Amino acid sequence: MKLTGAEIIWECLQKEGVDVVFGYPGGAILPTYDAMTKYSKIHHVLVRHEQGATHMADGYARASGRVGVAIATSGPGATNMVTGIATAMMDSSPIVCITGQVGSKAIGTDAFQETDVTGVTLPITKHNYLVTKPGDIARAIREAFYIAQSGRPGPVLVDITKDAQQMTCEFDWEAAAPRLPGYRPTHRAPSSEFARAAELINSAKRPLILAGQGILKSGTTAEVLKLAKTAGIPITTTLLGIGVIPASSPFNLGMMGMHGEAWVNEAIQQADLLIALGMRFDDRVTGNLKTYALNAKKIHVDIDPTEINKNVPVDVALIGDLREVLAEIQPQVKKADHAEWWATINASRGDAAVRDIQSLPDSGHLYAAHVINDLWRLTQKRDTIVVTDVGQHQMWEAQYFRHEKPRSLITSGGLGTMGFALPAAIGAKFACPEKDVWVVVGDGGFQMTSCELATAEQEGIKVNVAIINNSFLGMVRQWQEFFYDKRYAATPMTGPDFVKLAEAYRLKGLRCNKRGDVKATVEKTLAAKETVVIDFVVEKEDSVFPMVPAGADLDKMIRRPKQDVMLESGSDKEWEMPGSTLPNVFAEAKAEAKALNGRGKAARASGPARKTPKSAKSNRR
Amino acid sequence: MAKHTLIAYVEDVPGVLNRVASLFRRRNFNIDSLTVGGTDQPGVSRLTVVVDTTEAGARIVEANLYKLVNVLRVDDLTHKASLTRELGLVKIKVSPETRAQVLQLVEVFRARVVDVDEKTITVEVTGTPEKIAKFELIVRPYGIVEMVRTGAVSMARGHEPVSSAPPLVRTAADHHHDTSGISMSV
Ligand SMILES: Cc1cc2nc3c(=O)[nH]c(=O)nc-3n(C[C@H](O)[C@H](O)[C@H](O)COP(=O)(O)OP(=O)(O)OC[C@H]3O[C@@H](n4cnc5c(N)ncnc54)[C@H](O)[C@@H]3O)c2cc1C
Ligand SMILES: Cc1ncc(C[n+]2csc(CCOP(=O)(O)OP(=O)(O)O)c2C)c(N)n1
Ligand SMILES: [Mg+2]
Repeated sequence: MKLTGAEIIWECLQKEGVDVVFGYPGGAILPTYDAMTKYSKIHHVLVRHEQGATHMADGYARASGRVGVAIATSGPGATNMVTGIATAMMDSSPIVCITGQVGSKAIGTDAFQETDVTGVTLPITKHNYLVTKPGDIARAIREAFYIAQSGRPGPVLVDITKDAQQMTCEFDWEAAAPRLPGYRPTHRAPSSEFARAAELINSAKRPLILAGQGILKSGTTAEVLKLAKTAGIPITTTLLGIGVIPASSPFNLGMMGMHGEAWVNEAIQQADLLIALGMRFDDRVTGNLKTYALNAKKIHVDIDPTEINKNVPVDVALIGDLREVLAEIQPQVKKADHAEWWATINASRGDAAVRDIQSLPDSGHLYAAHVINDLWRLTQKRDTIVVTDVGQHQMWEAQYFRHEKPRSLITSGGLGTMGFALPAAIGAKFACPEKDVWVVVGDGGFQMTSCELATAEQEGIKVNVAIINNSFLGMVRQWQEFFYDKRYAATPMTGPDFVKLAEAYRLKGLRCNKRGDVKATVEKTLAAKETVVIDFVVEKEDSVFPMVPAGADLDKMIRRPKQDVMLESGSDKEWEMPGSTLPNVFAEAKAEAKALNGRGKAARASGPARKTPKSAKSNRR
Repeated sequence: MAKHTLIAYVEDVPGVLNRVASLFRRRNFNIDSLTVGGTDQPGVSRLTVVVDTTEAGARIVEANLYKLVNVLRVDDLTHKASLTRELGLVKIKVSPETRAQVLQLVEVFRARVVDVDEKTITVEVTGTPEKIAKFELIVRPYGIVEMVRTGAVSMARGHEPVSSAPPLVRTAADHHHDTSGISMSV
């Protein structure tokens, strides 16, 4: 069958089972858009910015586990995709980006809207292709889909010249099967390693499972819970692991890391065995590597060999797909309950356990934590996906919204991309139209991609946008408060009237500034047919606790104020800096991490001690 | 830190050298030298990369190389019996008085004179990178007009087993005693 290159693109997408693509047209991709009119089975969503297209493809992929597709033109269209591609790369999200390129004869001439897109995206894609002949399109797209979703997933970009789209050639799907002799998506650890791992698990007194996004990718929630139950092992999750273990499971201690639960970080430092399952020891998870979990042996299960010993040296590495690894290890694990270890952990939970902020009296102030916790309560019975942006609201969501199911939280973890939430939520809604999709976003991040409200309106889809409006780039403000003596450089921020903005897009806008109104606002939102934007006007200078300052020891946390600010706001409350002096948190961490790997300059002696304790924290504006 | 010599077999496709080089930059490793050339198999190129790093660092480099889709196989020759060769061209300043001395040094290093004019002698010297460095050191006092080194190329000696799997997942089965049996068809 003779087809144009453009038609071949759509044939391939159809054969790959694609039902929706997110894109934006332009000169170099125009032949493909023209051919689209013949392929009505694939729905095209016109975005308002190509960054949005990539985040939508990403959100679609994270919600469904299938490959998300984004399309853009050459030059500025393609470079606008960079942030979204890097976001997908960091969090191993399978997306395929198709970009138009100038005609093959014009390549290298600085032609109109020419950019070396494969060059630009080389370090932020799992793989990419420049296709200059129609006959190469099918194989490139097939390989792109295969690479994107196999092994450790990730973004793949296919850059196709305009002439390749226009010329015709024979379309042969079978002949275009992937031929990738050097691609090794998965591996198998030698059985000797399994025996060593089982031995470590069976002899541990204080084991702890670190549950990461790999569990979600491999769909092994049940298998992990079985392992935990057999050997009585507590579980903690990373940010991207939230939801893979139900929040209500008695084995789930909560999140680890920078804004993780204090008792979790303490447990990590006390554990004698860490079983890392599909997580990559991000620096937000480990804090100071020099003092990280020194009492513990480590077993690291990961599909990607480059993750092993990257940040944390491990005792046993089980490289492979979690599903296979867990199936092989489970029969070798002996029953245990570790009652003593559980008692230790439960003791350190103390009064911090179950932050039941619901029972706190209403102080007349609206706190983000309240909004998010109420949102969880009010939507508990519904099938909900929450998509968060980046900042304080993201951490509060992680702490106060209890996720019971995998893929019920979608967030940019590794790259921390502000502006991710709204477009990713639109993508998630296309993947799961039957679910409620909530956006929890800061006033700052919302303004980065709020143009996609128009996309939601044009598509007639409903996402519920909860803006946690603190009139600040809150997370940065918090760092300034803690580490820069409250010099609020460039963090106070104004914005439009979000209610009117929603209305300008012919959507519904609501405002809520009282705790007592949260319920009614959420109910109104759920009842509305269209996308709703809620402006939750919250306390301006609230902070996320606990916090491990970047590069500090994991158990040296800035703790939540003794008396909860949410109880009695407006008065000055002391918050505690960790007891020991902090390292110079902004410079040392990376150098130390590198030195630990033995590849980098030797770590400098830790910098000047920071002033501590800090002055009182004011909650007033 | 020590010099590690890695061999990577790569598919001979556009941009592949860029991918390899970019990897070293991105992962913060310094390349001492990198050479690339053909092999006996069509469509397969061979890279020799010398990188200054620790043992753990070398494993990270190796695993990252394997992760590149166009990389077919990686061998770390650092701790294997291997041959390493480099070629240097050195243009040395000579006068009627020093010409004989320089020629004598060329003889000692088993180098070859490839060009001569009234003011210079150009010498081709092959051997280990250390030998070439030594030659450079010895002739420097006469004045080096121009010099170029190709970078090292390496090869395992004899029937040393080579692995086709990244570190940590290698098993006995991954070590092929007959290297010609490894399929690297593209
Ligand atoms: C403001 C902010 C604050 C943050 N604070 C925290 C914090 O307090 N705590 C925290 O945890 N994070 C925090 N993060 C997120 C953090 O930066 C990382 O993104 C996160 O810790 C990564 O989680 P992960 O390792 O589980 O997931 P990923 O980074 O996705 O890693 C998953 C790992 O699983 C492996 N894998 C994938 N598939 C499989 C499979 N089938 N089988 C086996 N292995 C597989 C992958 O190779 C990879 O190594 C924060 C981010 C931001 C923006
Ligand atoms: C694109 C981008 N630019 C800058 C940052 C740095 N940054 C991280 S959090 C944050 C503040 C976010 O403010 P807002 O969206 O209002 O959320 P809040 O922290 O107030 O909840 C900033 C600027 C980022 N993560 N992403
Ligand atoms: Mg804000």
